[in-house]
Amino acid sequence: MLVNQFLMLGAILFCIGVYGVIARKNAVLVLMSIELILNSVNINLLAFSLRNGSTDGHTFALYIIAVAAAEVGVGLAMVLLMYRNRRSVGLDELSEMKG
Amino acid sequence: MEVLSDHNWVLTVGTFLPLVGVLIMLFIPKTDEVLSKSVAIATAAATLAVGIFTLIQFNYDHADKMQFAADAEWISVIKSSYLIGIDGISLPLYFLSMVITLLVMIYSWNHVPSPGNAKAFFILMLVLQTGMAGTFIARDLILFFVFFELVLLPMYFMIGVWGGENRQYASLKFFLYTMFGSALMLVAFLALFFKTGAESFSIPYLIENGAGIAKNTQIWIFAGMFVGFAVKVPMFPFHTWLPDAHTQAPTQGSVILAAILLKLGTYGFVRIAIPILPAAAKEWAPWIGLLAVIGIIYGALGCLAQTDMKRLIAFSSVAHMGYVMLGISTLTDFGLNAAMFGMVAHGLITGMLFFIAGSVKERYHTLEIKRLSGMLVQMPKLGWILGFSAMASLGLPGLAGFWGEFPAILSAYQPAEGLPVETFRTYMVIAAIGTVFAAAYLLWLYQRTAFGEPTAEFAAGHGHDEDIHDVNKFEWIAWTPLLIAIVVFGVYPQLMFKVLDPAVGVTLKAFGG
Amino acid sequence: MLVQATETAETVLTSGWFLDHAYIIPLIPAVAFFLIIFFGKRMPMKGSEFGIASMVGALVFSGGAAYQWIQRVNGVSEEAFVEPVIKSWTWWQNGGFSFGIGQHIDGLSLTILVVVAFISTLVQIYSTEYLHGDRRYTHFFASLTLFSAGMLNMVVAENMIQLILGWEIMGLCSFMLIGHWWEDGANSRAALKAFFTTRTGDIGLLVGTSVLFFAANDWTQKNLGVSGFSIRGLSAWALSGTAGQAAITVGAVALFIACIGKSGQFPLHTWLPDAMAGPTPVSSLLHSSTMVVAGVFLVARVYPVFFEGMNILGTNVNFIVVIGGVTIVIAAALAFVQTDIKKVLAYSTVSQLGYMMMGLGAGAWLPAVFHIFTHAFFKACLFLAAGSISHSASHHSFDMKKDMGGLRKFMPITFTTWIISTLALCGVFPFSGFFSKDEIIDNVGYSGYSLFMVIGLVGAFLTAAYMTRATYLTFFGSPRGAAAGEHHDEGHGHDAHDSHDAHDAHGHDAHDAHDSHGHDDHASHGPRESGPLITIPLIILATLAIGSGLLNAVPFGENWENLKKWVEPRAEVVNVTGVKEPSGSHGESRFVLTAPSGVVAAEEGGHHKSDCGKKAPESGVCYAPQLNHAPFKWSKAALSLGIVFAGMIISWLLCVQLYTRKNKALVGLTQRNKVLGAGYAFLANKYYLDHLYEKVIVRSIAYPISRGAYWINQNVLDGIVNGAGIGSRKIAGWVYRNVDQRVVDGAVNGAGNAAQGAGGALQPVQSGKVNQYGALLFGAAAIGALVLVIINT
Repeated sequence: MLVNQFLMLGAILFCIGVYGVIARKNAVLVLMSIELILNSVNINLLAFSLRNGSTDGHTFALYIIAVAAAEVGVGLAMVLLMYRNRRSVGLDELSEMKG
Repeated sequence: MEVLSDHNWVLTVGTFLPLVGVLIMLFIPKTDEVLSKSVAIATAAATLAVGIFTLIQFNYDHADKMQFAADAEWISVIKSSYLIGIDGISLPLYFLSMVITLLVMIYSWNHVPSPGNAKAFFILMLVLQTGMAGTFIARDLILFFVFFELVLLPMYFMIGVWGGENRQYASLKFFLYTMFGSALMLVAFLALFFKTGAESFSIPYLIENGAGIAKNTQIWIFAGMFVGFAVKVPMFPFHTWLPDAHTQAPTQGSVILAAILLKLGTYGFVRIAIPILPAAAKEWAPWIGLLAVIGIIYGALGCLAQTDMKRLIAFSSVAHMGYVMLGISTLTDFGLNAAMFGMVAHGLITGMLFFIAGSVKERYHTLEIKRLSGMLVQMPKLGWILGFSAMASLGLPGLAGFWGEFPAILSAYQPAEGLPVETFRTYMVIAAIGTVFAAAYLLWLYQRTAFGEPTAEFAAGHGHDEDIHDVNKFEWIAWTPLLIAIVVFGVYPQLMFKVLDPAVGVTLKAFGG
Repeated sequence: MLVQATETAETVLTSGWFLDHAYIIPLIPAVAFFLIIFFGKRMPMKGSEFGIASMVGALVFSGGAAYQWIQRVNGVSEEAFVEPVIKSWTWWQNGGFSFGIGQHIDGLSLTILVVVAFISTLVQIYSTEYLHGDRRYTHFFASLTLFSAGMLNMVVAENMIQLILGWEIMGLCSFMLIGHWWEDGANSRAALKAFFTTRTGDIGLLVGTSVLFFAANDWTQKNLGVSGFSIRGLSAWALSGTAGQAAITVGAVALFIACIGKSGQFPLHTWLPDAMAGPTPVSSLLHSSTMVVAGVFLVARVYPVFFEGMNILGTNVNFIVVIGGVTIVIAAALAFVQTDIKKVLAYSTVSQLGYMMMGLGAGAWLPAVFHIFTHAFFKACLFLAAGSISHSASHHSFDMKKDMGGLRKFMPITFTTWIISTLALCGVFPFSGFFSKDEIIDNVGYSGYSLFMVIGLVGAFLTAAYMTRATYLTFFGSPRGAAAGEHHDEGHGHDAHDSHDAHDAHGHDAHDAHDSHGHDDHASHGPRESGPLITIPLIILATLAIGSGLLNAVPFGENWENLKKWVEPRAEVVNVTGVKEPSGSHGESRFVLTAPSGVVAAEEGGHHKSDCGKKAPESGVCYAPQLNHAPFKWSKAALSLGIVFAGMIISWLLCVQLYTRKNKALVGLTQRNKVLGAGYAFLANKYYLDHLYEKVIVRSIAYPISRGAYWINQNVLDGIVNGAGIGSRKIAGWVYRNVDQRVVDGAVNGAGNAAQGAGGALQPVQSGKVNQYGALLFGAAAIGALVLVIINT
């Protein structure tokens, strides 16, 4: 089986995603990065599912895709509202929640 | 434990009827205050009627048995059930809670504290009533806990919204302090549950099986309960929330707090902690007794240091509850009877004192003892009622306070078998000295506030004449039953002892009582 | 139920309705109290009619019961034990036992009942005049009536708890009545002091009752079927020989501490003179003749407990006799330095109470009880006479030096009654005080307490001396201050009415003539006699001050010793049979006693002495210890009478020198006297004493003692009382500030602060930057993963 390769791919995608979340200032890019992270997990799930011959992983992956879709929906709506209010989607300008 | 289950709907109705009133009140517009008040008082009166029915139907020949018992499925997943019933111990407190609620509501008719909003205020009192009554009928630990906690919220809001200047601090302190105790108590309950085989939360079941727990474990479980109940009592050194809460609470809150809420703690000791964990109770008893007598003297000293009348009365509660706890700590039926009597007597008397403090505050807009003087000149009736209540509070024989105090002192001479006799006799002497302190602070208070001529500030013609008037109609209605009860129980204590005695005997079965 | 058995084969004890229903006596004034409270103000006499009617009712009932008791006693032989009439109902129950409330009627309780009811009646009648127009007239009568209810209840008490009930009600009434004119701070402080001091003594009452209860309860339940509170049970238990010495001693000492407080014994007597702040009828009723004898009564009531606990008659000295003896002298000495007539009488009361205590402590039970009886009449009379003076002659002043003098001409009735009562108080034959006080002194000596007999005689000397001084200052010499018609005081709240009767027919000055008409001119009258509502009680009391001594006139032979026959419980072994097992059930006869083995006693002849109190009865129980009775000798009486007369004469001569020959040349000597100090070497020297008033005492040996005693009184004892109050307030303040607010509360607040500090420290983390949050999240996850990996490998 090519589990290792799948896992490698997943890990790479995950790292890119994490990098994006931490380093990017643009809200849309951060959202995309989160998608990458989620999908890296999906790849892992599917890889293990194939290897173990069970469909549990598939089920989870489908579930995650659904959740991710919802998340993107909500996230983009927020980005839109943000843009409307501030004419910018820069995350570093959003620090009203500072404690 | 034998039960009698005739009329087993009575307690449920009596406990939840106030919530029905709340439901009705929710549909009344906030502006229609008179209607809100009327509905609330009618509900409280109806509840009291159910209470009187309970009192009549109660089988006094079997005061030792659980009566009006009901057992319904509730939360089967955690093996907790709706198990209720009352015996001679719960009956007086259950009934007292109903009476006090009604009287407080009548008093509130024209005494809604600022910032007003009578509807919300009355709703809170009704919810409070359900919580208090429920605590006294519950025979299942989870049910007990739910009611015990239900009481906190309305009281928190009463202090926090309708309280004095420092109300936020006080209400928060009250809430956090009691929550802290409750958390430990819940842990103790859970430990008890699992240690007895995770079978049931029912108190009768736990009484049967609790004694089988290893002694060291018992001691730890008891410790948890102890903190939970002691905070509520409040026992020294867990009492510091009390003066703040009382001082800041509106009159109504203070009265309910003193008359009923404090009793939840002592009631918990009698109903739950002691019968379920007899071995631990024995180990703990000398320490409880020690804290009790410290509380007696300490509360009295605290009183002497006060400059605020209401705060003084609050501190006196610490001392009085010390007598109650001393009675309990002897683990004899003599002491427990005294303690139970003391609870009711304290409820009546201190409740009355807080009523008076509220009325004084309303008239003079201050409770600073230094600024008050010659109350008897300006308001003779109020002054004499204060004197009467002070005398009752210091344990004058012939008034109710004596029967909580003297037998408690007496009982400490001979505690239950296995307790250190010399230690308890020392406690007895200290407690007896405490009676002198009680006389000191109460009479001192009375002498300074009631006797003499009014201070220049409040003398006639200095702009306070409109506020300073003698006892009014609503106050009479609210106070007369308390005053009569103080005399009746003082003259003929048998009325209550007769009910208490058999039930206390059963509670102490584990001690050979 | 009726807890008594009157029938045996040998003797039948009669009873009667009044005797069986004596428990009603305290109920009458109790009911009247509520009537006065609720309806008093609407009644034509403002409630006083209820009070007086209830007291008359109580008097009738007490008299009836006393009469029936005498019948009962006369019906049996001289040696038989006369069963008290005891009744008990369940009052409260606890721990499976029930405790009663009821009556315990015997000679002692009837004696006091009659005295209390009688004096209360007179005092209430007197008060209708004395307090006429007072702003709290109705309250005054309510308190007075409640007081009587409390006292009567204490006297009929079947058990200790009922006794405590009455005892404390009296304390409460005392508080209300002393502080009756509470607008004045001094009065309310005196009220507080009285209540607080007696309450301090009451610690002993609570503790003693508890100790005795637990020590006796098992025995009494088993043998008599009564609780360990019951007076009868305690008496029998104390003499049963089974009582543990430690318990009974502790119990007796504790109870006696309560008696010290209530009866104004040294060192807790300081409240009593201050209590004179109350209206004079109150001083007369409560603080001289009735309430303050409550402590003496308690000792007499459960005498066997004290007898055994203090080992009375067993040694030459015991706690009670010492306290009594010290009180006699200390108080009498203090009476010399008073200028307030009521305070002289107050210290005199303290001193006389000391006699009673000393008598009880030395086994002279009957003389002590008899002294309660006689003292009540003449002391009430003295106080009411003092009140009469202040009411009608001295403008509500009680200052003998400033506002009195020469009043005998203006107030003949008051003067006569005063003199009679003073003679009775001093113990002059044939006034009542002689028969009781001399008996005490005689019996104290006879029982071997020689030192205390001497103290008693010294006390008699001092009594005669200070009373002579008071009499001289008040009634002799020339009028001063208000008595001379000067008006230095204005505005008396209760001075609204004067009775201008025909009694100012004696020669008097312009002030009287001026006064006898103008009803509107109250502020300017001179001294005159009081109205009949005041003088009639005085006359009645004075008559009794003469006559009451004849009830137990030992000098006239055995036939005159009626009180001994009627009142003293007979020290006989009583068989107990048919005791039922104690049960919680109430409402049925708890036990049955057969009466007395009168036959046995009779067989042994007239001089029979039982062993009660000496050793435990082998079968049956004793209710009273066997006591001594000193045979009367005129030689001994002559000695004490001689001492009394010496006291009077010496005091009289001194007074004459002081007040009629005020010689300015003597001032210098007074200065020298001060310089020389308090040496009583100068006592014999008349010149030194002619001067300053207080220095009178220098010569009568009392100067150093009384000044010292007064100093101790004011500084040490009073200081301790005050200091304890101030100290505990300071401690309280300190504890409150430092412990409560800092440590205990601090711990609570500390927890809050800690949480807040932690929150502050972590605040920067909450940057609000999503990227940083993400970084933290992943960092934490990474660390978590690392930890997991490490653990799993």
